[in-house]
Amino acid sequence: MRNPLAKKVVEIEPSGIRKFFDVVNEMKDAISLGVGEPDFDTPWRIREEGIYSLEKGRTFYTSNSGLKELKEEICNYIQRKTSVIYDPKSEVVVTVGGSEGIDIAMRAMLDPGDEVLIPQPSYVSYLPCAVLAGGVPVVIPLQNKNEFKLTREELEAAITPRTKILVLPFPNNPTGSIMTREDLEPIAEVVKEHDLFVISDEIYSELSYQGEHVSIAEFPGLRERTIMINGFSKGFAMTGWRLGYACGPAEIIEQMIKIHQFAIMCAPTNSQYAAIEGLRNCQPEVDEMREAYNQRRRFLMHEFRRIGLKCFEPYGAFYVFPDVSEFGMTSEEFATRFLEEERVAVVPGTAFGASGEGFIRISYAYSLEDLKVALGRLERFIERLREQKR
Amino acid sequence: MRREILKYLERNSKINLQELAVLLGSDEVMIANEIAQMEKEKIICGYHTLIDWEKTGEEQVVALIEVKVTPQRNQGFDRIAERIYNYPEVNAVYLISGGYDFLITLKARTLKEVSEFVSGKLAPLDAVLSTATHFVLKKYKDHGAVLVAKTESERMLVTP
Repeated sequence: MRNPLAKKVVEIEPSGIRKFFDVVNEMKDAISLGVGEPDFDTPWRIREEGIYSLEKGRTFYTSNSGLKELKEEICNYIQRKTSVIYDPKSEVVVTVGGSEGIDIAMRAMLDPGDEVLIPQPSYVSYLPCAVLAGGVPVVIPLQNKNEFKLTREELEAAITPRTKILVLPFPNNPTGSIMTREDLEPIAEVVKEHDLFVISDEIYSELSYQGEHVSIAEFPGLRERTIMINGFSKGFAMTGWRLGYACGPAEIIEQMIKIHQFAIMCAPTNSQYAAIEGLRNCQPEVDEMREAYNQRRRFLMHEFRRIGLKCFEPYGAFYVFPDVSEFGMTSEEFATRFLEEERVAVVPGTAFGASGEGFIRISYAYSLEDLKVALGRLERFIERLREQKR
Repeated sequence: MRREILKYLERNSKINLQELAVLLGSDEVMIANEIAQMEKEKIICGYHTLIDWEKTGEEQVVALIEVKVTPQRNQGFDRIAERIYNYPEVNAVYLISGGYDFLITLKARTLKEVSEFVSGKLAPLDAVLSTATHFVLKKYKDHGAVLVAKTESERMLVTP
């Protein structure tokens, strides 16, 4: 028999961390700080609207790019939040989560050999998506000393004549780092100078704790070279509904819709109806969740200072990314021992790229009570490690 | 800052100051002063505990009583409200718009106690025209907290 598999797919390295994940997910008594989704249920108004749409028998396909009403609300929302204006008719596609947006944006824009700049540590799907789209991923390792922000120098050093796309994943999973207006300004300049395009993954935009989230699309001349990816999973606590969107210049969105149309058809209809309610009426619930995350974030930073665990102060998403290099272990060793000895699951920084070595990702999508218990165990664990080192 | 403190205390009055200061990114002394001031201004009127008496096995009856009254000269509803709210078994008294005037919540140990209160104390008041008593059969949610058991979280332990 012939080899049934495509070389391109087989050659994508399976996430090295999958084994670790499998071990954790089997360990039922472990407490976890490893989850990348909100602990809040979807606001009831949104769920109720989803139920209602089913009752009304809204169980058919929608148009490929999404419900007209939803696309209008998305554009209104983006305008409220960022001052960028998109045309709901031609510059939005409603996708199956933000993940699909990333995938189809790359597939629509990459020719074989085009290079995609991917700052890391970052979400796990950018690199494989670039490869599957025929592109060449080029990793930019971000640094702790810059609080894991992307700098002009790092960007310029990675650009070659083949560079086409910069992925901009902020607020960042796993570091919690954000890019402020001042941070983005030089990046925007370089992007224009070198005629690049940006896939700006802003899925955590609602979870910014230091002023309002800023999109790179707000800078002059950047709107026409940016695909803005966002969705409902994080800010609206709607992970399982699988609903996101991509906005950008009509020329690119049109091609993305083509791929979406053939691969997906349309995003789930009842999720789309539910999301309309979310955008129209759920900002108070979203704000409430943000405030709860922010309190937990402050609590964790305070505890880290108290127990002497090094960590820059992150202002986005729901992650902190402490430095565990002082214990002389790899991130994975640290996470494995912490799990075995204290039965607490955290994610090794290396799950998000080699530059995550020496760090662990701690999620604060947990109640304060859970965090207190877990932090108590973390304190005990690192005290023991320090003891052993002496 | 007041709003943040109150929003927190409304849901959890048990919090310690040090922790509250951390959560709100403020300092302890300032929060303590602010709370003391709000107690003085009667913005904070007390610190209570939400108890599901049902689970203690203790007998308890909660009644909602609608009351129609005649407002009194110069004093409107306030005087008659006072005569009602001074009873310790009366848990709350609200002046209500609509088909009746007061809504009273009453806590007692037995139905008989409630009926004795209504027929012995409340109905005989001169200003009271009529009453209608409703007994609470089950509390699903109280003070913003859902009292019926919630299912376990179905989140996976680790996701990227």
